[in-house]
Amino acid sequence: MTPPLPTPTREHEPSEYRLSQLGVLEAESVHIFREVVAEFERPVLLFSGGKDSVVMLRLAEKAFWPGRIPFPVLHVDTGHNFPEVLAFRDAKVAELGVQLVVASVPEAIERGLVAEGRDGTRNRIQTPVLLEALDKHRFTAAFGGARRDEDRARAKERVFSFRDEFGQWDPKRQRPELWSLYNGRIHLGESIRVFPLSNWTELDVWQYVRAERIALPSIYYAHEREVFCRDGMVYAVNECCRPRAGEETFTARVRYRTVGDASLTAAVPSDADTIEAIIAEIAATRVTERGATRGDDRFSEAAMEDRKREGYF
Amino acid sequence: MAGPGTDLLRFATAGSVDDGKSTLIGRLLYDSKAVFADQLAAVEAASAAHGDDYVNLALLTDGLRAEREQGITIDVAYRYFATPRRTFVIADTPGHVQYTRNMVTGASTADLAIVLVDARRGLTEQGRRHAFIATLLRVPHLVLAVNKMDLVDYSQQVFEAIAEEFTRFATRLKVHDLAVVPISALHGDNIVTRSEAMPWYQGPSLLHHLEHVHVASDRNLIDVRFPVQYVIRPQSAAHPDYRGYAGTVASGVLRPGDEVMVLPSGFTSRITAVDGFDGPVTEAFPPMAVTLRLADDLDISRGDMICRPNNTPRTTQDLDAMVCWMTETPLRPGQKLTLKHTTRQVRCMVKDLRYRLDVTTLHRDETADRLALNDIGRLTLRTTQPLFTDPYSRNRTTGAFILIDETTNTTAAAGMINN
Repeated sequence: MTPPLPTPTREHEPSEYRLSQLGVLEAESVHIFREVVAEFERPVLLFSGGKDSVVMLRLAEKAFWPGRIPFPVLHVDTGHNFPEVLAFRDAKVAELGVQLVVASVPEAIERGLVAEGRDGTRNRIQTPVLLEALDKHRFTAAFGGARRDEDRARAKERVFSFRDEFGQWDPKRQRPELWSLYNGRIHLGESIRVFPLSNWTELDVWQYVRAERIALPSIYYAHEREVFCRDGMVYAVNECCRPRAGEETFTARVRYRTVGDASLTAAVPSDADTIEAIIAEIAATRVTERGATRGDDRFSEAAMEDRKREGYF
Repeated sequence: MAGPGTDLLRFATAGSVDDGKSTLIGRLLYDSKAVFADQLAAVEAASAAHGDDYVNLALLTDGLRAEREQGITIDVAYRYFATPRRTFVIADTPGHVQYTRNMVTGASTADLAIVLVDARRGLTEQGRRHAFIATLLRVPHLVLAVNKMDLVDYSQQVFEAIAEEFTRFATRLKVHDLAVVPISALHGDNIVTRSEAMPWYQGPSLLHHLEHVHVASDRNLIDVRFPVQYVIRPQSAAHPDYRGYAGTVASGVLRPGDEVMVLPSGFTSRITAVDGFDGPVTEAFPPMAVTLRLADDLDISRGDMICRPNNTPRTTQDLDAMVCWMTETPLRPGQKLTLKHTTRQVRCMVKDLRYRLDVTTLHRDETADRLALNDIGRLTLRTTQPLFTDPYSRNRTTGAFILIDETTNTTAAAGMINN
C-alpha cells in the first residue's frame, strides 16, 4: 500500500478577503481592548513610554475611534528615567487627552513602603508600588505590553492573566483560555492583567511602528552617547548609572532595544537611525531583546518567573 | 492593514515528551532561525549540566522552573517563528494527565494540528485521543508526524503500516485534510528539507507543508454573523451624533448598503458605513474588528447579533452540546453555571448529561452521572436568556461557548454546539 500523500500543495490564491499577519494581530488586540472595556468597570493601561506600551496606546485609540480612549494610563516611575522618555510620555498623554496616573517609586522609598536594594536597583521594588497604585485607584484590569516571545515564563501567560488579592500570578491556577472567549470574572480584590500584544513578536511590533508611522522616544534610534561596559553590556552614563572604578567611559553610537529602568537597561551598538534600518537589524539579530538589554533578567534562569509570581507585570 | 505581507498560521502540537514533541518544536525554531544566540547558549549550558552529550533542543521550550526540575510541561505554551512565506504561532500542549484540557485549549484557535507518534510504538491510545480531540474541535487540517524514523532504520514498511492504520482511524473521525510525514526531529529529517535517508518518501517536508497548506478557504464567508461587542458613542463636539456598533466579524462579509437584521429584536436596517480604525472601509470579513453604523436608530447593545434577514442564526434557550470538563469539581446534572457565548453572558442549568464519551474507544457511556476533569460528554443546557447560535461544525465562533464556575469564577468547560 502506498501511504496517503499529503494534500497537494497549492500556491496561495489571491484571495480578496485576506488580512496580513499584522492585520490579524491588530484585529485580535482591538477585540481584546473592547472586551475589557465592555466587561470591567475600571481598566487602566500600564504605560512606560517603551515601544510596546506606545503600540498598545495606538491600538486602544483605534479600538474606540472616533471616541477617546476610555481609561487612564498608569506609569510606575522608578525615578531612574531617560529624560527623552519622560518628555515623550507627557507629550503623548496630552495629545490623546488621556488621564495620567503616576506611581512613584522614590516617593514610596521615602514613605518606607519599599527599600532600595544594596546595588541601587529598583526593578524588584516596582512591584509593591504598582500593586499599591492598582489598589488605591481600584483598578480591576490593567493592560500590559508583555509579549509571549519575550521570555520562557511569558510563553505560558494568558491574554487575561488572573491575579489573586495579593496581585500574584500562580501558573497552576491560570484559567484555560479558549477561542476568543475571555473569562474576566473576578471577586472583590482580585484583578486581571490583560496582555493585548501576547501574540506579537518584537519584529511584528517594529513592522507595525513602520506601517502606522508611530512616533517613539528618540533613544530607540541610533545616537551618540557617553557609555561604559559592564558584564558585556553597554550602559549609558547618567545620574543613576555611573561607571565604577576600572570601567572606562567612551562615546559610542548606540540605540535602545527596550526602554526600562535607566540604571538597568543597556544600549546596543548600532547605526540604525531609521525605522527601516532597525527592522533590518532586528530581522538579522541573533540575540533576544531581553538578553541584549536587561540586566534584571540575568540574575537567574528563572528571574522573570519569580518576579511574575510576586505580582510584576 | 489588509493586503500584502505574510499571513498567519496557528497550529497545535500534540504528543507526549516521549514522542519527541519538544525536540520537534525546538528543531522548527532552531532551523527557522527563531532561536537566538543567548537562548542557545543557555540551552547548551543546561544540556551540559544535565550531562547530555548533544545540545538538547527540547530545553528551548521548557518554560517554568518547576517544569525543568520535574522534567514535565505544566501548561499550554505559545511559540512564534516566521519564514519568508508565513508567520507561525504554535500552541504547544503537553501530553500528560491534564492532557485533554490543554489540547482542547490549544486546538480551539488552531488552523492545523500536528499529532506526533513514535515510529517504534506506532499509533497508541494517546495518538488516537489527540486526533479525536483535534477533530472534535474542528481543526481543519491534521498532520500525522511519524517521529524517530532514525530508530527504525528509516523503514518505509514501518511508516506505511502506521500511516495505513491512522488513515483508517481518521476516516471514522471524518478528517477532511490529512497529511502524513515521516520525520526525525532529533536529526532534522524531513523537517525543513526532504530527507536523503528516506528517498522513498515523495511528499513535502513538514515545514513546507506548514508553509503551503491552504487555510483561506477554511473561513465561513457566507453566513453574516456580527456579535455586538461595544457601542461607541463619543458624544463629543467633533462627533456629536456618532453611534457605532463595534465588534469582530465572526463570519460572512459586510458592506455598506447591506440590509441587516438585529437579534433579539428582529428589527431590520441598512448598513450606512463600515468603519475601520480611522475611517470607513469598503467591506469587513473575518477576523476583522470594525464598527458598523446603521440607517435607523435602533436599541442595540452588547450581546446583540447583527445578521442578514434571510440568513439568521438559531435563537434558542436550549443547547445540545459536546463539552470538555476542565476543573476538579465534577459536573453533575442540575448544576447552574455562567455561560459565555460570543459577547453574551447568561446563566444556565445542566438539564441532562446524555453520555460520557471515551475518547480512546469512542464508546458512549449513557449511565454516566457526572463529568470529571478532562472528561468529554454530551449535555443538554437551558439558558436564562436566548442565544444566537449556529452548529460548531458550521461556525467555530457562534457555535462555541465556555462555562464558568460561579463560585470560583474559573473556566470550567469548553462547549461545542451540535446540529
